[in-house]
Amino acid sequence: MNRSMIDLWVGIFVTVGFAALIFLALKVGNLASFSTDQTYSVHAKFANIGGLKVRGPVKSAGVVVGRVADIRFDNESYEAIVSMNLDSGYQFPRDTTAKILTSGILGEQYVGLEAGGDGVMLKHGDRVRLTQSAVVLENLISQFLFNKAAEAKEPAK
Amino acid sequence: MPIVEIKNVSFGYDPARPVLRDINLAIAPGAVVGIMGQSGCGKTTLLRIIMGAYLPSRGEARVLGRATSSLDTAALYEMRRRMGMLFQFGALFTDMSVYENVAFPLREHCRLPASLEHDLVMLKLQAVGLRGAAHLMPTELSGGMARRVALARSIALDPQLILYDEPFTGLDPISFGVIVRLIRSLNDLLGATSIIVTHDVQEALDVVDYVYFMAGGRVIAEGRPDDIRSSPEPFVNQFVNGRPDGPVPFHYTAPAYAADLELA
Amino acid sequence: MEFAGFRSRLERLGGTVTSQVWRIGFASRFLVYLVLHSGTALRRFRLTVAQVYFAGVLSLVIILVSGLFVGMVLALQGYETLQRFGASESLGVLVALSLVRELGPVVAGLLFASRAGSAITAEIGLMKATEQISAMEMMAVDPIARVVAPRFWGGVISMPLLAALFSAAGIFGGYLVGVQLIGVDAGAFWSQMQAAVDVRNDILNGVIKSLVFGIAVTWISVFEGYDAIPTAEGVSRATTRTVVTSSLAILALDFVLTALMFTGGNH
Repeated sequence: MNRSMIDLWVGIFVTVGFAALIFLALKVGNLASFSTDQTYSVHAKFANIGGLKVRGPVKSAGVVVGRVADIRFDNESYEAIVSMNLDSGYQFPRDTTAKILTSGILGEQYVGLEAGGDGVMLKHGDRVRLTQSAVVLENLISQFLFNKAAEAKEPAK
Repeated sequence: MPIVEIKNVSFGYDPARPVLRDINLAIAPGAVVGIMGQSGCGKTTLLRIIMGAYLPSRGEARVLGRATSSLDTAALYEMRRRMGMLFQFGALFTDMSVYENVAFPLREHCRLPASLEHDLVMLKLQAVGLRGAAHLMPTELSGGMARRVALARSIALDPQLILYDEPFTGLDPISFGVIVRLIRSLNDLLGATSIIVTHDVQEALDVVDYVYFMAGGRVIAEGRPDDIRSSPEPFVNQFVNGRPDGPVPFHYTAPAYAADLELA
Repeated sequence: MEFAGFRSRLERLGGTVTSQVWRIGFASRFLVYLVLHSGTALRRFRLTVAQVYFAGVLSLVIILVSGLFVGMVLALQGYETLQRFGASESLGVLVALSLVRELGPVVAGLLFASRAGSAITAEIGLMKATEQISAMEMMAVDPIARVVAPRFWGGVISMPLLAALFSAAGIFGGYLVGVQLIGVDAGAFWSQMQAAVDVRNDILNGVIKSLVFGIAVTWISVFEGYDAIPTAEGVSRATTRTVVTSSLAILALDFVLTALMFTGGNH
């Protein structure tokens, strides 16, 4: 195996290897869709964030418009503070509602933004005032049982 | 000014078991010197000390004018560039051709234009008679040819001191004769000094100028070939004449024969 | 009587442990020396390129074929389980994440250790046994810079590329079985995969893993070769040790790296 053949094969190997990496990044991963250059940060408080994780998506109308950056606990109001980085290309009114929703029935949780009608937009560092916490299964069940019990009492009246 | 001076050198790989005991040697420039003895007498170890691979535990080894213990790595490598060594079975680089093997020292230490390098390699191969084999790989060579290529490689940089570690091992009579004659002619051609470690007595005595005889880590006899051939020293006598019994006994230590056969 | 035997066994065990610890120290110094003397390997890049050929290119066939088969099996097994939960459209996600995060770096690493790692150990060990290393030293050429360093960098360069190729081949195999054979919707296969696989968290972490494995495996290979007893038996033992130690190192490092990189939570 002389030198030029070795160089040729190594060149092919390295090229194909990098091509595989690029294939993985573009076709398999989400590099093409969302890039993190221009974002602005807003935060929101929730009574319960459920299973929301950092780096989880922030969606509006089902489209990813940002990522959860940070989740902290406020020891004064005993609520969770979620910081989000939103794509600078998307502006939301100040009265936007942030809800914690689930993908499908058993999927991962994400922050859903429903735009309000206010003319003034959210700026970097603003707080989203209207929030709805995650649905916690135990609360749901106890509420269901409570309703059932109330229903059972009513005919007796 | 001797090329190699060994003064009162003692050494052991394991400090508790010395391999060399108080050796004294002086090798004159231009001479072909033989170091002979039984296997395990310490002659290869002595060669390694001359090479600088090991430092003596006691005494001093002076090679090419400098004590080996005073050399740092750079100085050691600089000294080795003026030496050449032929290993027992050649130690050719198996992934390179004959040409590339001989060119190796030139490529590593000099930056020569390709045509000059080519001429030098051909020169060395011509000296050992293998110019036509330049394109072969070491696996395609016979033992004798491999040894000769290794010899060409060891003289690639025109060394002042050439070391031979058992150069005649396993050679057929023709290759044997070739190597013997090459050692002498190259030594004189290059104006170098050669040290041959061997136990092939008869042939070596024909080519060397001076001999050191070692046994048990000591030099027990030294002199010119004729002196050695007629030496009264019993071990030298047994060795030179190949007698089966003498100071080196035929029988390994064992209990009485009759007792072993359960007779007495 | 029994106690004396037990005690001597304990002493031997202690001796083995201390000698292993000593060996790790020696190997670490070897690595540092090797990296510091990598000038020749980098300046005369031809030497390293030749080693990328021997370590990387010659491993291509086994990596691609194994990757393909692993991907196909993942798709088969994955479909079996996923369709029980009505989640068969997530097959692409399963195959891609398994490969990119874990199987790509780990299995490619194990294959690399057995094919290229053992070859490197055997080669260096044989050079030592046939006195080629001593001959080089005698010609005032540092064998670690000339022989060992190019092999080290050749392996480190090859490993991440081989892991990426393994994952790519596996995803293709998963596509072949999942979409072509079983009939999962192609659109769902790719789109769900793209949504779930994150470049920074999954792919980059996979690349980092394969880089770490490459360093570990190649380090072990060159060290075992250089430290081998220069006999036929010594070289064969060193080759076996390379494969065993490399495999264990890959699995242990995989655990450590996975714990660092992939454990979820609100951190």
